[in-house]
Amino acid sequence: MRRLYGAGPGHLAALLLAFALAGYAASIVAGDPLWPWMAVWFVAVVVVHDGLLSPFAAVADAVLRFCLRWFPRRPARPTTVNYVRVPALGAALTFLMFWPGIVRQGEPVVRGQTGLDQGPFLGRWLLLVAAMIAVSALVYGVRRLTRRSAAGG
Amino acid sequence: MTRTEPGDRASATPWGAPWEPMVRALERRRPPLPRFRSPLRGPWLTSVLGAVLLAALPVVIVTGLLSYIAYGPQFGQAIPGDVGFLHLPWFDWPASPSWLYRLTQGLHVGLGLVLVPVVLAKLWSVAPKLFAWPPVRSPAEVLERLSLLLLVGGILFEIVTGLLNIQYDYVFGFSFYAAHYVGAWVFIGGFVAHVALKLPHMWRALRSRSLRAELRTSVADTRPEEPDPHGLVAPDPAPPTMSRRGLLAVVGGGSLLVAALTAGQTVGGPLRGLAFLLPRGRTTAAADGGPNDFPVNKTFVASGIDPGALDAWVLELTGGTVPVRLDRAALAALPGHTATLPIACVEGWSTVQVWTGVRLRDLAALAGVPAPASAVVRSLEQGAFAQATLTSGQVRHPDALLALAVNGAPLAPDHGFPARVIVPALPGVHNTKWVRSIEFRSA
Repeated sequence: MRRLYGAGPGHLAALLLAFALAGYAASIVAGDPLWPWMAVWFVAVVVVHDGLLSPFAAVADAVLRFCLRWFPRRPARPTTVNYVRVPALGAALTFLMFWPGIVRQGEPVVRGQTGLDQGPFLGRWLLLVAAMIAVSALVYGVRRLTRRSAAGG
Repeated sequence: MTRTEPGDRASATPWGAPWEPMVRALERRRPPLPRFRSPLRGPWLTSVLGAVLLAALPVVIVTGLLSYIAYGPQFGQAIPGDVGFLHLPWFDWPASPSWLYRLTQGLHVGLGLVLVPVVLAKLWSVAPKLFAWPPVRSPAEVLERLSLLLLVGGILFEIVTGLLNIQYDYVFGFSFYAAHYVGAWVFIGGFVAHVALKLPHMWRALRSRSLRAELRTSVADTRPEEPDPHGLVAPDPAPPTMSRRGLLAVVGGGSLLVAALTAGQTVGGPLRGLAFLLPRGRTTAAADGGPNDFPVNKTFVASGIDPGALDAWVLELTGGTVPVRLDRAALAALPGHTATLPIACVEGWSTVQVWTGVRLRDLAALAGVPAPASAVVRSLEQGAFAQATLTSGQVRHPDALLALAVNGAPLAPDHGFPARVIVPALPGVHNTKWVRSIEFRSA
């Protein structure tokens, strides 16, 4: 078993159970004419995460570290990058999670369900991002000043 | 290599298996793959994030399955209708405590959202495995890779459909309820298998470092974890730009940010405004602070009801020997009752208001069915949620009302004028608005 399969029988049993459950669960919507769309979305979210968002984040981080290393008069400290990373992650997380309101997607349904429009969300999100950038810049500035005075004192 | 564990890449290689030469050949033809150099990745970090998810996800799963029960599947009003044996044990959803659905669904949505940064961090921590070469070395690894599609696809599918649903964005086109329920079970299978296979690894990895010591380690002292058989630790790690403490703080901070931006829609009151990126961070367009200034679930305009139909409105009670018809004046003349009850919706938002009206059990007695087994409430509107069946316990609860007023004022059209049902712990959408008739069933 281990030579041919590559793991013990428990391994095989656990995985076969998971596939059986998935197949049985999928059969619940087998009569739904839109089940192929559900399957497409199921795979698409993985493809978008693994193939689009993750590489984009990795490349953006590499570019950021490159810039901080080569463009300031003196190379930045290795941790300076975090003052950009943290607000950028906050902006990305909130944008991805609250995207429908920010880009006003599906507004007629929102209006019917809540009696409200999506007008305020873009401005609010931009303010939130601006606040995160401002706080990060402030912390950076304070740290730099205290470090310089400590070094000079 | 002294131990052979399923999932340990090196030891899972079936040396001596017929396809060993193929695996060897693949190993020699490594294409240019992305290199992962973060010095923070490793079994310990992955296990810390995994332990958080292992503790929290069961709560999200169980509260989600409870919501299916709360919708009343015994009356065919839970979606999807037929789920075979994929459900919690059947029981009548109780009508007390009144905050029950508010709690379970608030937890389901709130905790689900708070875990989003943890899930993303966990996926980041195992990213090198996606590009492991060769991608598989044995049938066991083929199956395990496929099962990861159930796991990762399942959790991301649930997050994405859930996030879109709480923002009323139906860009996906299919039934949210059906897809989210089925996606949940696909995920559950993948999750249970993953935990069964990885729990021993997680336990060992958690014990390989002290969390307390790690939380005291600065960037300068941050060292990569020991090389591991799973391929998580970078072979040529870059110098650290962040400590593990820093990374955990970023993830935890992300969760706190999400909590701050979402809890308001469930807690309500002065905190509602904190959910300023969600539709339920607001009350009504007027926001006048008046008696009817609380979130609306489906406006009067969207209901499609002809406003003229309200002028000659009469409530019809059936189920007894003869139908009973009551107009607004007759209803108002009946003994009234006031109760403070929440509306708690499947989207996780809720709002607590003071409702005044006639007890459903009094209406049942009036209709000639003093001990109803169930009641079907029908609305003037047409469509998916235009009617709801209540259990005997829900109809007979002393706070279950046909409300005519809220906070001392008549119901606004958006809140169900002339009359709406409000039952403790009932999912919001089943608190039927613009009620046309109630059929009390004796069996």
